[in-house]
Amino acid sequence: MGYSKDQLLACLKELQIDFSQYEHPVVLTVEAQAKYVGNLGGALSKNLFLKDKKHRYYVVSALADTKVDLKVLSQRLGLGKGGLRMAPEEALGEILQVPLGCVTPFAVVNESARHVSLLLDQGFKNQECCFFHPLANDMSISLNAHGLDKFLKSIGRNPSYIDLEANPPVGKDQPPDLAAYVPSDSPVLPDLPEKAPSSQDSTGDSVGAATKTAAFTAKAVKPSGNAKNVKEKSADSARPSIPAADAGKFVEELLDRASALLLSEISEDSIKQHGGQLGAEVANNVKKCLREDLKNLATIFKNTAYTEGFYAGTRCQPKRL
Amino acid sequence: MEKIEDKNQQPEEEQVVNPWEVSAKDGGKIDYDKLIDKFGCQRLDQPFVDRVQRLTSRPPHVFLRRGVFFAHRDFNDILDAYERGEKFYLYTGRGPSSEALHLGHLIPFMFTKYLQDAFKVPLVIQLTDDEKCMWKNLSVEESQRLARENAKDIIACGFDISKTFIFSDFDYVGGAFYKNMVKVAKCVTYNKVVGIFGFTGEDHIGKVSFPPVQAVPSFPSSFPHLFSGKDYLRCLIPCAIDQDPYFRMTRDVAPRIGYHKPALIESLFFPALQGENGKMSASDPNSAIYVTDSAKDIKYKVNKHAFTGGQESIEKHRQYGANLEVDIPIKYLSFFLEDDAELEHIKKEYGAGRMLTGEVKKRLTEVLTELVERHRRARAAVTDEMVDAFMAVRPLPNMFD
Repeated sequence: MGYSKDQLLACLKELQIDFSQYEHPVVLTVEAQAKYVGNLGGALSKNLFLKDKKHRYYVVSALADTKVDLKVLSQRLGLGKGGLRMAPEEALGEILQVPLGCVTPFAVVNESARHVSLLLDQGFKNQECCFFHPLANDMSISLNAHGLDKFLKSIGRNPSYIDLEANPPVGKDQPPDLAAYVPSDSPVLPDLPEKAPSSQDSTGDSVGAATKTAAFTAKAVKPSGNAKNVKEKSADSARPSIPAADAGKFVEELLDRASALLLSEISEDSIKQHGGQLGAEVANNVKKCLREDLKNLATIFKNTAYTEGFYAGTRCQPKRL
Repeated sequence: MEKIEDKNQQPEEEQVVNPWEVSAKDGGKIDYDKLIDKFGCQRLDQPFVDRVQRLTSRPPHVFLRRGVFFAHRDFNDILDAYERGEKFYLYTGRGPSSEALHLGHLIPFMFTKYLQDAFKVPLVIQLTDDEKCMWKNLSVEESQRLARENAKDIIACGFDISKTFIFSDFDYVGGAFYKNMVKVAKCVTYNKVVGIFGFTGEDHIGKVSFPPVQAVPSFPSSFPHLFSGKDYLRCLIPCAIDQDPYFRMTRDVAPRIGYHKPALIESLFFPALQGENGKMSASDPNSAIYVTDSAKDIKYKVNKHAFTGGQESIEKHRQYGANLEVDIPIKYLSFFLEDDAELEHIKKEYGAGRMLTGEVKKRLTEVLTELVERHRRARAAVTDEMVDAFMAVRPLPNMFD
């Protein structure tokens, strides 16, 4: 469930961020928005939701007048010349959880947008205030860059502003200057994860996890029937303590898989088919199907525990004689 | 006497197979029989596979059963020694040229993991960041970074940290390793290395002096922290057959410097989605399945880009059946579908025209998705600290357990 406009506004108030809000009919473009709030003194923003060839997403938020050249941006990010495209409509709902025409830097408050890279126009800093949609297009809020920063920091994001119009050369000896803004490949890369082996996650996308800010913890944890393991990469985490090999979680994972398989093996049909022999038959099948899987899980567990010990060993104080 | 291939004598229309180029004759298929003949290695036939099963008391890996690993040098010596109670160690590697790994890259690692588990032997994995820095003109930092990133995917294949040492050339070359490099280099003339690898006067000296780097991990004395006192220890190298030239050179040199020749077990090339004649290329994401592909991507790629041997219309297909020779889904299934009986059934039905291409593709999508998902989960559990631990120069006291 994505954040709603009211929830966002409540958060801004809680953080004591100065902003003004203006309601207006739904607008889908900057021109339309300008009709309602264009004369109120603040600068309008244009917001692009982009995607690269490796399914990484970016929100580019700029002053309406700033020229944004996708080809140049793509090169500066190190994606080659045609690496950036407008993201498909479905992604808007799935990842940013905002309607069409409503791309806004505030959308990164959603868990689903955890790995979306946010690129902000340095032009915002020179403005008294700028207009953005607060997760809905029937309202615009205006606040200054300082306020935006405060909000972003509160959700664990490190706001940084770049010169979107710059066109530095990118080549053999000049690495792409914005390469650091490319989200890391695998969306489920842990920085401070629980080290038990990952649970069955059919979607493959990262599910909610504990975030840092108190204001959002209520929203963060998304439990499910299975002990879903939660691995997350926080945007600006300090180096955390070394992840632990958790025997309890490991065993739960094994038991979950075994019981899932058992349940699938025992049905009316299989009871009819095997009768008294069903026990032996199921036992055999379970062993056959799970052997490799469980060995792999055990190896991951072993490697994690070893790493823990190794790390401790490298910081071990010599024995006092 | 083993044949050392003389690249300069190759007539133009012949297929080209070396570490930097693989192309078939006339854009057709690679002729593996010719390759075995030309390189001078041996076929890995069924008696071998049975013997492996006997010695390891477990079913042989799917790649052995399906002839993916199909050629070898001295693998029988390794098995003989193993039967006598003499162990060996494994050596494989990766040239970290890109971050995006596809299934073809994983194949030698999947097989090596099986060998490690089945024979209970240690493994060294070389990341040739220096080679990629030289050949692909990457910066030193970038190639080192890619090496670490690739290490994570390699670790995700399930290697046992108490029996595995991963190293990058930039980190590890020096000491005993370098001493062996010099010993090897002294035994290979400039003319010979030009003959084997096709270097020209325009190639920089980095390239010319690289081959010993890939050769010396075959010698246990290159790893004094692991194999000190075990100079007799044999080495088995699982790799794709295009790496053969490095190890032909190594095997030629080994007896001259008092070491065992390393044994090799070699695989076919993994075909591109577009077919045997296509090239898997990093710039065409639709030519291969990547380990970062989502279930949706896999479904799309298999459905839209896999080259099939099905007929143009359903009627024709039911009449003539599919051409299994060129059908990519069938080829991919033979790599990754564990169940022999199921594969046979699919081949029979599809070849007779009773099963349609769509069904085969659907099954392939399931198999690949499961594989990629499993890999992704394992990858998620790999941290930078784990990479550091795998790459630390440390003893492995339980490496033969």
